[in-house]
Amino acid sequence: MSTTTFRVLPGFRLTLGYTLAYLSLLVLIPLAAVFLKTTTLGFEQFWSVVTSPRVVASYKLSFGASLLAASINAVFGLMLAWALVRYSFPGKKLIDALVDLPFALPTAVAGIALTALYAKNGWLGQYLDPLGIQVAFKPLGVLVALVFIGLPFVVRTVQPILEDLDTELEEAAASLGAHRWQTFRHVVLPILFPALLTGFALAFARAVGEYGSVIFIAGNLPMVSEITPLMIITKLEQYDYAGATAIATVMLVFSFILLLIINGLQAWTAKRTGRDR
Amino acid sequence: MAGATTMNPGSAGSRGLTRFEAKAATRESPLVKWTILGVSLSFFAIFLLMPLIAVFVEALRKGWETYLTALTDPDALSAVKLTLLAAVIAVPLNLVFGVSAAWAIAKFEFRGKHFLITLIDLPFSVSPVIAGLIYVLVFGAQGWLGPWLAEHDLKVIFAVPGIVLATVFVTFPFVARELIPLMEAQGREEEEAAVVLGAHGFQVFWHVTLPNIKWGLLYGVILTNARAMGEFGAVSVVSGHIRGHTNTLPLHVEILYNEYQFAAAFAVASLLALLALVTLVIKSWVEHRAAQAYKVTEDAS
Amino acid sequence: MSIQVRNIHKQFGSFTALDDISLDFPTGELVALLGPSGCGKTTLLRIIAGLEQADSGQVLLEGEDASGTHVRERQVGFVFQHYALFRHMTVFDNVAFGMRMKPRSQRPSEKQIRDKVHELLNLVQLDWLADRFPSQLSGGQRQRIALARALAVEPRVLLLDEPFGALDAKVRKELRRWLRKLHDELHITSIFVTHDQEEALEVADRVVLMDHGHVEQIGTPEEVYRHPATPFVYGFLGSVNFFHGRVEGETVRVGEDVLPHEPHDLDHGAEVVAFARPHELEIVTDPAATEGLAAKISRVLSFGVTARVELDGVNGSTGRHFEVELTRERAETLQLSEGQLVRLVPSRLRVFDKKGTAA
Repeated sequence: MSTTTFRVLPGFRLTLGYTLAYLSLLVLIPLAAVFLKTTTLGFEQFWSVVTSPRVVASYKLSFGASLLAASINAVFGLMLAWALVRYSFPGKKLIDALVDLPFALPTAVAGIALTALYAKNGWLGQYLDPLGIQVAFKPLGVLVALVFIGLPFVVRTVQPILEDLDTELEEAAASLGAHRWQTFRHVVLPILFPALLTGFALAFARAVGEYGSVIFIAGNLPMVSEITPLMIITKLEQYDYAGATAIATVMLVFSFILLLIINGLQAWTAKRTGRDR
Repeated sequence: MAGATTMNPGSAGSRGLTRFEAKAATRESPLVKWTILGVSLSFFAIFLLMPLIAVFVEALRKGWETYLTALTDPDALSAVKLTLLAAVIAVPLNLVFGVSAAWAIAKFEFRGKHFLITLIDLPFSVSPVIAGLIYVLVFGAQGWLGPWLAEHDLKVIFAVPGIVLATVFVTFPFVARELIPLMEAQGREEEEAAVVLGAHGFQVFWHVTLPNIKWGLLYGVILTNARAMGEFGAVSVVSGHIRGHTNTLPLHVEILYNEYQFAAAFAVASLLALLALVTLVIKSWVEHRAAQAYKVTEDAS
Repeated sequence: MSIQVRNIHKQFGSFTALDDISLDFPTGELVALLGPSGCGKTTLLRIIAGLEQADSGQVLLEGEDASGTHVRERQVGFVFQHYALFRHMTVFDNVAFGMRMKPRSQRPSEKQIRDKVHELLNLVQLDWLADRFPSQLSGGQRQRIALARALAVEPRVLLLDEPFGALDAKVRKELRRWLRKLHDELHITSIFVTHDQEEALEVADRVVLMDHGHVEQIGTPEEVYRHPATPFVYGFLGSVNFFHGRVEGETVRVGEDVLPHEPHDLDHGAEVVAFARPHELEIVTDPAATEGLAAKISRVLSFGVTARVELDGVNGSTGRHFEVELTRERAETLQLSEGQLVRLVPSRLRVFDKKGTAA
């Protein structure tokens, strides 16, 4: 219970004022610059920049690889979270801690490490190359990098929900005659689903904007393995600010939509599990 | 969007069987269990563990001497300095912001609160490249403030201030994101009790709130610091890659790598990987402490 | 210190929490604010404390308008429902908090603080817990520490929000007695909020019954229990049987039956609700009797000092349930058996018209 006019606790005006000022100066106003700069282009110019074949090819790669990477992470991330919550095995705590590695490891480091692994003479590349599978400097390399950076998102959103899961639910299902798989499919999975989808969306959003870990392994061939963020850098290096901004606008609009979807998903998770955020 | 990085007290695993393994109804057949374990752990090993090990192996491939030379190179040292500088400025700024935002949001009701939380999250959902671009548009030679800055002989883009700004942007929400749910969960009763007992403005925060949020705060700071020191994309856009002046450690790695000095690149990278490992260790420790503190409060309520 | 509340009104959105409340709390009394959850009692307590602000109306402390006084300066002791002990501080530091927050010029020395804390901890009989943390205490101990902490700033009034709400039944009874004793020693004007009628009646000097943001009745525990002013109070305090009927001369007609009723000023034919406590109903076994409400015995419980009889209505009151309390001897004399048809004759009947006005 609280009122809008009267506050017992101190500091409301000060902290809210500071928050809004800091947020506006560092985030909102500079972001607005992107949209304002875009308006200096006419619509036709804008359209021709954002639909030029090289840029469209980069969308296909960025969005396609990100979707695929997020899907892979949803499957394996769920399994990993399951293993970490449900089973005991040696080294579990270490593995649990290392799941966050992609959050902590600078992306450039991840990028060169993955490249070294998957290059033709690398630890993994040397076995894949004779099979005709080339990862480094190919679109497949982009996928590998995006799987790397997206994994913790799925594990860390699903894990707490799994931890909180009441064993009585599954015991009830079993007492009603359900098999283990049926219990998982009809009881556990529906509870996990919003969180899983949230993790998927978070991994996807992160992957679409990712730059550092991808550019080393991608090879950056025009029309083949260029990601959208790289297109922005390329335009900037050519001092084509308007062009860079146009592509950034497309990405930003997409990110905002995704952000709204993720917020909705998180609210859904909270509702489904009675958990906050 | 930081859902996945949010601290999760209470997840500290216990020794021995998990409560799921101890009960017949929540146990899978050994075949299923070993399949899940095998697949997920292989996936973990290939996608997370191997890249980490590769960094250190590649760094030492040409021996310790090359390794140490790479790290003591003047350009590497100046990159270390700049990286530390950016973190030393960005972390406290976002710390103060995070505490302030969390106080306003968690302790008061006002209209547009959820919208504000979404706005605070915004930097997480923006590509780092765009994070750099926005400051170029504001402070760059052709930007809004470009002419004014040039007139006063000030440089933001392709200079240290730009790098700091980009770092602040990409690490913007970490502390706030950590504290908001924590402080919301703790409610207002203790603060109200302090006010009834005569505590004034800052006393309430210092004596009552801060001790209760210290682990969450530390957690947020660690995440902020790790990201601040490791940021690549955003910093890359505003840096201009001037060796010895505007190169941070991750940018230095890139330059060495592009010059085919692989051993040196990995040597510098190993430094960053060590930082990541230290971060994870501290993070686990903080989680452990927070879980204890959380347990105590659980018992208390 | 006396507390007066004048025309307090408080709205939360479209919900009226308090509707024009005026109350006097005389110096030195222990008053209970009693009512169901959502009746506005906690809001009123928080407004008196200064933790909440009324939309209109005044709070007078010692005759002075306190509306502009910050909670910090009101010198009230407030005990929160969940105690709000500072979990990172020891019991000692919790109790010392208020004194340590004083401006340097008014702050007692550390020695004075120490003496005062121990004095208070002795008062609540928990001095041996000084170095513990709140998480190491039982619910009842936390409650007493919260009280000691509130008393440390020498409040002029003590306000307690559901002080026994979070405790189990046995501890609750003990603490009730203890709080009453403490109040008799300190004689500090105190108000506590509760939804438990037994608690209010047993502990308080005076009970304020509230419902839907209104004050229903004020009085000593005996007054409110014996002479409920409204149907709400009747229903809220103790168990009660009620009958819907119509006034017919000196009787109340319920369906086909009539209940005798002492003289009243209700109009003939008025729709009324009549109340009788379980011990105010007499069971008549004579099949020839015509007065009283026909009912069928469904259960006889006679294991205590008193016997309890549960009955189902028949004729016009089918589907209703009644409860009668009588001495065991009387029950044995009557030789009641389950399924038996009897009549219920009230020895005392309170009648209210449909608007809730007493007759």
